[in-house]
Amino acid sequence: MSPVLELTGITKRFGTLLANDGIDLTLGQGEVLALLGENGAGKTTLMSILFGHYVADAGTVRAFGQVLPPGDPKAAIAAGIGMVHQHFTLASNLSVLDNVTIGTEKLTAWRSRRGAARRRLVELAERFGLPVDPDRRIGELSVGERQRVEILKSLYRDARILILDEPTAVLTPQESERLFSTLRGMASQGLSLIFISHKLHEVVAHADRVAVLRGGKLVAERPAAGASRAELAELMVGRRVVHASRVPLEPGQSLLRLDKVRVEAGGRRLLDDIALDLREREVLGIVGVAGNGQDALSRLFAGTAPQPAGRIELLGRPVARLDHAGLTAAGLAHIPEDRHHEGVVGDLSLYENAVLERIRDRRFSRLGLLRRQAALDHAAGLIRTFDIRGAEPTTRTRLLSGGNMQKLILGRNLVEQPRLIVASQPTRGLDEGAVAEIHRRLLEARGNGAGVLLISEDLDEIFRLADRVQVIFKGRLSAPLPIEAASEARLGLMMAGEDGDAPRAA
Amino acid sequence: MTEFWDIVLAASFWAAALRLATPLIFGTLGALIGERSGVLNLGIEGIMTAGAMTGWLAVHLGAPLWLGIAAAAVAGGAIGLLHAGLTVRLGLSQHVTGLGITLFATSLSSYLYRLYVPASGSPPKITPFAPVHLPVLSDLPWLGPAFFQHTALTWLALLAVILVAWILWRTPLGLAVRMAGESPEACEAQGVSVFGLRTGAVVAGSALMAIGGAFLTTAAFDSFYFSMIQGRGWVCIALVVFASWQPGKALLGALLYGMFDAFQLRLQPLVLGVPYQLFLMMPYLLSIGALVLVSRRARVPQALMQPYRPGER
Amino acid sequence: MRLERRERTPRLLLVAAPLAAIATALVLCSLLIGLAGAPVLAAYATLFQEALGSRLGITETLTRATPLILTGLAAAVAFRARFWNIGLEGQFYLGAIAVAALGSGEWGLPPALLVPLLLLAGALAGALFLLGPALLKLRLGVDEVVTTLLLNFVAILLVSLLIEGPMKDPLAFGWPQSVPVTEAGLLPQLLARTRLHLGFALALLAALAIAFLNARTVFGLSARAVGLGTPAARHAGIPVGRVLLLTAMLSGALAGLAGAVEVTGLKGYVTTDLSPGFGTAGVIVAMLASLNPLGVVPAAIFVAAVFVGADAMARAHGVPSFIADVIVATALLTMLVALFLTEYRVRR
Repeated sequence: MSPVLELTGITKRFGTLLANDGIDLTLGQGEVLALLGENGAGKTTLMSILFGHYVADAGTVRAFGQVLPPGDPKAAIAAGIGMVHQHFTLASNLSVLDNVTIGTEKLTAWRSRRGAARRRLVELAERFGLPVDPDRRIGELSVGERQRVEILKSLYRDARILILDEPTAVLTPQESERLFSTLRGMASQGLSLIFISHKLHEVVAHADRVAVLRGGKLVAERPAAGASRAELAELMVGRRVVHASRVPLEPGQSLLRLDKVRVEAGGRRLLDDIALDLREREVLGIVGVAGNGQDALSRLFAGTAPQPAGRIELLGRPVARLDHAGLTAAGLAHIPEDRHHEGVVGDLSLYENAVLERIRDRRFSRLGLLRRQAALDHAAGLIRTFDIRGAEPTTRTRLLSGGNMQKLILGRNLVEQPRLIVASQPTRGLDEGAVAEIHRRLLEARGNGAGVLLISEDLDEIFRLADRVQVIFKGRLSAPLPIEAASEARLGLMMAGEDGDAPRAA
Repeated sequence: MTEFWDIVLAASFWAAALRLATPLIFGTLGALIGERSGVLNLGIEGIMTAGAMTGWLAVHLGAPLWLGIAAAAVAGGAIGLLHAGLTVRLGLSQHVTGLGITLFATSLSSYLYRLYVPASGSPPKITPFAPVHLPVLSDLPWLGPAFFQHTALTWLALLAVILVAWILWRTPLGLAVRMAGESPEACEAQGVSVFGLRTGAVVAGSALMAIGGAFLTTAAFDSFYFSMIQGRGWVCIALVVFASWQPGKALLGALLYGMFDAFQLRLQPLVLGVPYQLFLMMPYLLSIGALVLVSRRARVPQALMQPYRPGER
Repeated sequence: MRLERRERTPRLLLVAAPLAAIATALVLCSLLIGLAGAPVLAAYATLFQEALGSRLGITETLTRATPLILTGLAAAVAFRARFWNIGLEGQFYLGAIAVAALGSGEWGLPPALLVPLLLLAGALAGALFLLGPALLKLRLGVDEVVTTLLLNFVAILLVSLLIEGPMKDPLAFGWPQSVPVTEAGLLPQLLARTRLHLGFALALLAALAIAFLNARTVFGLSARAVGLGTPAARHAGIPVGRVLLLTAMLSGALAGLAGAVEVTGLKGYVTTDLSPGFGTAGVIVAMLASLNPLGVVPAAIFVAAVFVGADAMARAHGVPSFIADVIVATALLTMLVALFLTEYRVRR
């Protein structure tokens, strides 16, 4: 039987970066293909070319035997291709129905046929097991619900090939299972599926075939049944990446203690009577699905959150306010979630970003005047110590890769010997090598006596680094669990609020 | 206090309010359409000037009044196309580009007018629109002169409000425009061209703005003079926020402003000893006040003023 | 046609951008000159000859450039922090009227005291006038573009009110004007038999001071960080609100100073047509200079030259003097495109 999709010789460059290098790929009717690769391997680029968001520099795409005009999402949709993006393409101020029907009616039509559209949407939702309320505003939906809308958009347009980009990044393990069984159901109804993932266990369990991308090239294709996870891992990364291992340490005194802490904004309770205790020489992991209060928790320690109510003790002493100056003086380092927008000012030079947080320090300024040479030297030191590649002190920070930017952000803090580190999603979007290095640095800091509060959505990361773990769900924290007593299944249930030990108010 | 009732109960007050509101209705609708699609058009003051000059000039050259209005709309649309080319296609700063467009359009209008009318004596006049006579309605006592003796342009403005509201909420085009202003990524992912929508919205909006300007030279007055727009364009920008980007509320805002302006004009001769400048200041201060009042609650189109750059990592 | 972001921008392009923009603007406006029936090259020749071709011409141009340098700095300072202060015209007038209010000579102060006092008062008036919109933006999120724009009209009306009322000069005929500033409060001439005054030197000093502030001080770095990446600046502990407020005040002060300098250096009194658009031209000067304080000086001189020369062009060739406004506005638009091309490459 002829393949429903054929990609031939796809090549794409972004400046000097070769994102896709002569890739050939096929998809069969009713097949579930997994596109495996670490962050930055070129998976999303390839699928974006397929869907028409980008134009390839070379190569062709054939869907159901017909060549697709490049760079034209409309043509891709008309050919039966649908894409579920990693970052949902939904307008939060508009309703579910609005988001699904956009582009489905001719723009010259004199009126919209909303009644018929609503009926069709509800019928599709039931057929595929994706319940939604057509009239609710996207902004009010949970992440899982939004994903359902994103999928329904493609189904509404009669997609016969569905591309899903990292669909389980925002789901609990149990929700991921449910999603995959839904996808299996779709495949049995005639759809052909490609899903992008960097999670080996997912790929082996749910795909028919695995295609491995590395550095922009297709390096291997294997049937999923019976594929060796170790082999896939090595194919994915290309070399053996040594991950630092956590040595059990005796925790020291309390560095940070929260008791019955509450944060409210706009009438909503973002953090609801939470309690935690971070001690020297330990990594305390806070794990949860995105959107359950991690942002507010992280911002508490950046000094940019609304002031909390409740009891907070820093280094054993109670504090009334959390502001940047006070936190820095106490030796707290904060690694923000969004490195591009909050971690650095992209258009400033590297050396300026290296000293910006500590600009009033005597080392870097005197009487309001900058000590430029001192800042340049400091930056050069950071580049050496933390192996920041592709940059000099005067390079525009925007040009650094994600991994190097994160090394800068981490490095400029670590060099000040912080007593506590609050790191929020520190390795999101980074390739395996960079991930290993960031993890190594964090464990090193822990070994030197610091306490690390690790806020992460990645269960693998939590299991690798944390000594104890607490689950965050709807702004509440569960009681701390020693990592030995935690399992993926159990944490997954708690992340969905479905376990007896799930987070409740302290 | 009696002055207040004297003014408000006169039919001429209400007629003036509607007349003063008309250019604002056009201008606010024009700005609203563009902003709904995600583009702020600060060229409005210049576009209204260009519309005023073009409309007048066309009529003075011999065209019938409606052709003059059409000419003004075309001029406005052309300037809007320039603004869209710079802000939508190239993604330049909407603030600075808009200001540049205002300066450009205003100075170009002044230049062309001066070429045509060399400086001497009073500005030449044209025969403006006459009020439309509606059977029965125009002859009603009090209500007639107040509400039913307006030019066709005022009726056009009211019609435009209904049309714009219908298009925005009941047609696929309107949904697409709104989506472009909320999430251009969502549009593109469904195969709808953000560039096309935004450009179209800005051009259409600019045409409306220009008609608002032309109203001044072809209906309210009968000649063109420099700085006749007097900041009305900026008031429209404030009114869009006041109206929460909804055409119905835009009409309300324009009417309120018109009423205030008409009131302030009539109050001047009645309250002696107060410098006239204070009265003239009040509408501007009122606009600022209205902005302050509404700022908190406004639900802004999410992608307003964010240029869309596809294919950029 | 596709747009691709450049990795780095060669210095050459950065310098060429304003020059290319100006050249393009002059070429485009030649169409309008032709429309007036005038010979294009001769007309431009007249313009530049008048503005730069004689001692008198050059000093007139520099005199005209003085307020433009200051309003250009005001705009550049504000725009760098993404604070859209379009109320420069109003702040200019308030600076001017503050000088007229305090400078009538009733205190009998010597020039060494009076002049700095008047200039300070002008700067303060401008800064305070921008305080309202700045606070509205910071506390309530009210867009500063509209508020500052509308306040321009309020400012001019206020000035009109004052010079027709309490500050009216009883000895002046015709057009209302303010009581003139006393001799001791006026800025000295720089060159005999010209109108060039000390204000020009002050403007140059201001440009140097702002350049220093931007590049070498903590405040300058903070302001740049706030303008280029507000969330990151906030995360780094920079008091964003305070920095924006100070930037706004500095911007208003510079614009107010421009008004003060124009009154104490050139006119000596205030009328409602004191500013032929110096405030809005400041925006153009700032953009032509790519928001660079030192670049503001040559940009201001260019704009001033165009206006000074346009009058001669009008007299000699019958081209309406509005051509100056068109040339300068067109240069703004072409400059925006040129700046864009320094950041992006155009690909087929």
